[in-house]
Amino acid sequence: MYLIKDHSLENRIFLNRIIAAFCLITLLSSGLIIRLIYLQIVGNEHYSLLAKDNSIKIVPLVPTRGMIYDRNGKVLAENTPSYSLELIPEKITNIDETLLRLQTLLEIPADKIELFQKSRKRQKRFVSTPLLLSMNDEELAKFAVVRPYFPGVDIHTRLVRHYPYSDLAAHIIGYVSRINEAELKDLPISEYRGSTHIGKLGIESSYENDLHGKTGYAEIETNVQARLLNTINEVNPDPGADLYLTLDIDLQKTAYDALTGYNGAAVAIDIKTGGVLAFVSRPGFDPNPFVVGITNDAYQALQKSENQPLYNRALRGLYPPGSTIKPFIALAGLEFDAITPEQQINCPGYYQLPGVDHQYRDWKKGGHGSVNLNQAITESCDVYFYRLASMLGIDHMHSFLQKFGFGEKTGIDLMGEKTGLLPSREWKLAQKKQSWYPGETLITGIGQGYLQVTPLQLARATATLANHGHIVTPFLVDKIVRAHETSPGPETHQNTIALKKANINTVIDGMINVVHSQHGTAKGINTNINYQIAGKTGTAQVLGIKQNAKYNENSIDFKFRDHALFISFAPANEPKIAVAVIVENGGHGGSVAAPIAGQVIKQYLKDNYEN
Amino acid sequence: MKTETRHEHFEPPSLLGTILRKLHIDIPLFIGLMLASSLSFVILYSAGSQDMDVLFRQAERVGLAFVLMTIIAHIDPYQFKRYSTLLFGFGVLLLIAVLIMGQIGKGAQRWLDFGILRFQPSEMIKLTTPMMIAWYLAEHAMPPKPKHIGVAVLLIALPTLLIAKQPDLGTALLVVSSGAGVLFFAGLSWLFIAAIIAVCSALTPVLWHFMHDYQRDRVLTFLNPEADPLGRGYHIIQSKIAIGSGGIYGKGWLGSTQSELDFLPESSTDFIFAVFAEEFGLFGGLSLLTLYLLIIARCLYIASQAQDSYSRLLASSLSFTFFVYVFVNIGMVIGVLPVVGVPLPLISYGGTSIVTLLSGFGILMSIHTHKKYR
Repeated sequence: MYLIKDHSLENRIFLNRIIAAFCLITLLSSGLIIRLIYLQIVGNEHYSLLAKDNSIKIVPLVPTRGMIYDRNGKVLAENTPSYSLELIPEKITNIDETLLRLQTLLEIPADKIELFQKSRKRQKRFVSTPLLLSMNDEELAKFAVVRPYFPGVDIHTRLVRHYPYSDLAAHIIGYVSRINEAELKDLPISEYRGSTHIGKLGIESSYENDLHGKTGYAEIETNVQARLLNTINEVNPDPGADLYLTLDIDLQKTAYDALTGYNGAAVAIDIKTGGVLAFVSRPGFDPNPFVVGITNDAYQALQKSENQPLYNRALRGLYPPGSTIKPFIALAGLEFDAITPEQQINCPGYYQLPGVDHQYRDWKKGGHGSVNLNQAITESCDVYFYRLASMLGIDHMHSFLQKFGFGEKTGIDLMGEKTGLLPSREWKLAQKKQSWYPGETLITGIGQGYLQVTPLQLARATATLANHGHIVTPFLVDKIVRAHETSPGPETHQNTIALKKANINTVIDGMINVVHSQHGTAKGINTNINYQIAGKTGTAQVLGIKQNAKYNENSIDFKFRDHALFISFAPANEPKIAVAVIVENGGHGGSVAAPIAGQVIKQYLKDNYEN
Repeated sequence: MKTETRHEHFEPPSLLGTILRKLHIDIPLFIGLMLASSLSFVILYSAGSQDMDVLFRQAERVGLAFVLMTIIAHIDPYQFKRYSTLLFGFGVLLLIAVLIMGQIGKGAQRWLDFGILRFQPSEMIKLTTPMMIAWYLAEHAMPPKPKHIGVAVLLIALPTLLIAKQPDLGTALLVVSSGAGVLFFAGLSWLFIAAIIAVCSALTPVLWHFMHDYQRDRVLTFLNPEADPLGRGYHIIQSKIAIGSGGIYGKGWLGSTQSELDFLPESSTDFIFAVFAEEFGLFGGLSLLTLYLLIIARCLYIASQAQDSYSRLLASSLSFTFFVYVFVNIGMVIGVLPVVGVPLPLISYGGTSIVTLLSGFGILMSIHTHKKYR
């Protein structure tokens, strides 16, 4: 080692440091000792009092959950008092025996007992734990008589979540239900001590933090028998915030009722703000049983139902958009200068790619003859759009549709939204390990093939079109009202797609003709209005039809029938509302889906903009 | 020559003494450790609801730890020095492995599972970090120059950040203090120390500014546990009642009433001092603290007698870290320090920390009993 070290200096420094460390250790230890003396001599009397005969128990004070209202202040979720049978484990000598005696007296299903045992284990022994929620009068009377023989068992009044509109808006509002063990692990323990329920779905889940409120507590002196003596200190809970939604529950009911008998979805949004006015998924389900604990049979029935009532079709349903994609393809054609509005294309009833035998058929046998863009939209000519798609190519179509939000989440304040699928060359290569075929471009042009959209995406894209390219984020919560402050709902993003005004007007004119011209595919809904509705019908194939086969609605199984779609906005010259409707296996868009949208539009404009 | 006589001084001329010398055991330190470990069984019996299984499991680990200590005491300190960098590098690699496995397993992970053997690399790094820093600083003249300080700080930061990410703040704190301890004993200038303290206190408000609300809440709960009596603060409140009600002489062995309360899950591990102080009072608390201080004094003495820079830096840092253990745990239980997961050394129930601790004492014994090497 060539290192020159000054050993005497090093020794001196080191010894100094040892001494310094010793001094520091002594100093810090003295601090500990002083604290111990303070606790054990000065504080001994105080702490002994708390520890010996009496001890302090900290009892959580559960906050009241916030209410949920619609845009007009109608109650969508409330807390109603309900009588529950509760046990305080600490006061009961033999819990199993008590439970058996209670079972002979009242009808208590086994799963309730199991639930009770589970929640008992995670609570402190002195916390009252519910066994039966929402007791009826008969049960109340039965227990009241024998109450003295059941020490530690009592009837409590608890606030239970109630959804007055039942199945009407269950997919949006969601529901609260008992906290399960998996959730318990991720919850802030102190915030949920004493809470029995948590939002599981919809607004109840995505706004759980706002709705729940802040748990308070009381420090209570108790003696050995856990009898409450007096409250030393109390910190009141902060009640949860009330939520006001953009939803119009009357409009929701109209759309819901209009879809009776079908599976499907309808979404209506306020074009200017993005606020969701109606958000229907049929069939619905009653969320109320989930609050008190749905029986296993009832839950299995919902789960296994062929119609999948628990499935939020408006948010998560994936459908081919069918012809409702055509206005967007037409606009792409104009924007990319692939066609002019006047350009005529001949429709003989089928389209063929050069050098290929396969015939891509039009829905109308024999064809539409020579059509321009406006007519092509009005009559929904497939051949026109095969041709246009082939001129645009998949790359242009993909980039243009992407701007309208297809293939990505809209960002609505609900959890579990699906992204849909906007196919591209890259996507196909990555997912299917195949290159893109020209035929796939054609069928994408009429909204078939790989393309999949959610009803919400379709409504948002329609609003964007009506808005001349201005994109809004759909949202449900308009304002969050706390005791001392009101804050707005979620942050929404706004963005504008650069589009030529003339091009948009051309497309919108086509969409107006869909509803208001003699040849329009949805002319049935133009009655009793003094404004214009712009729309586009769609009929999406569920089943692939063979080259020479014929689609016969009556001869095939119901579940393979076409989906009926309709997108629309109104008034056409000053748009207020955009509506997208999808009726599963409904058949034709014009006859089944359009009337539903028409009803929603007419009611909304009448209620909000007439007088 | 002088060393020889001093060596004689601590050796009782008995058969046992001869055996212990052959075993490279330092008698005073050994007695202190044995006392503390025996005390551990006494308290655990009470705190663990008189469950003999708890004692058996603890005995297994303590036994293993004492064997390991003896083995380590046999190794010539020169070998520690020689393999310092290798061991440190290996430890860091294992920490990275743990972190990656944690990412895959989605969740906090501190263990490496080798099937039959489960291993916690952060425990090993508690020893290898001071070894590494001591080796590095001993290579250069002391007091360390700014350049060497910089390198040492980076070497400490690497394992610390890896552990803090696990996240295991208690262990991260111990690793930092073991590394910083080496720097301190190497003669880090007081000016520098003052500067670091100044910079840290200046950075606090800046850090505060960048924190999320929930992080601020957590810090506030650290500072004032009573503000969260349903969560973290619950332990502290109950622990203070237990200690305070113990008084001067305590409620006697098995007389603890408060450990029957809800903080029982922690009463055998991190909060065991509360049970001890309740049962044995101020008198017991002070006795335990005195025992700790005697052990630390003996360790510092061993450090002061060490013959080369590496050994003395390592020995002094290990002694100091032991004190940090004691101080942070007791400080937390009596409510003057924030709650971080640091066990009460030699007393708390729990396997890995006692193995590491006694390995550290093994190193100290090795340094003290192998003096003739050059």
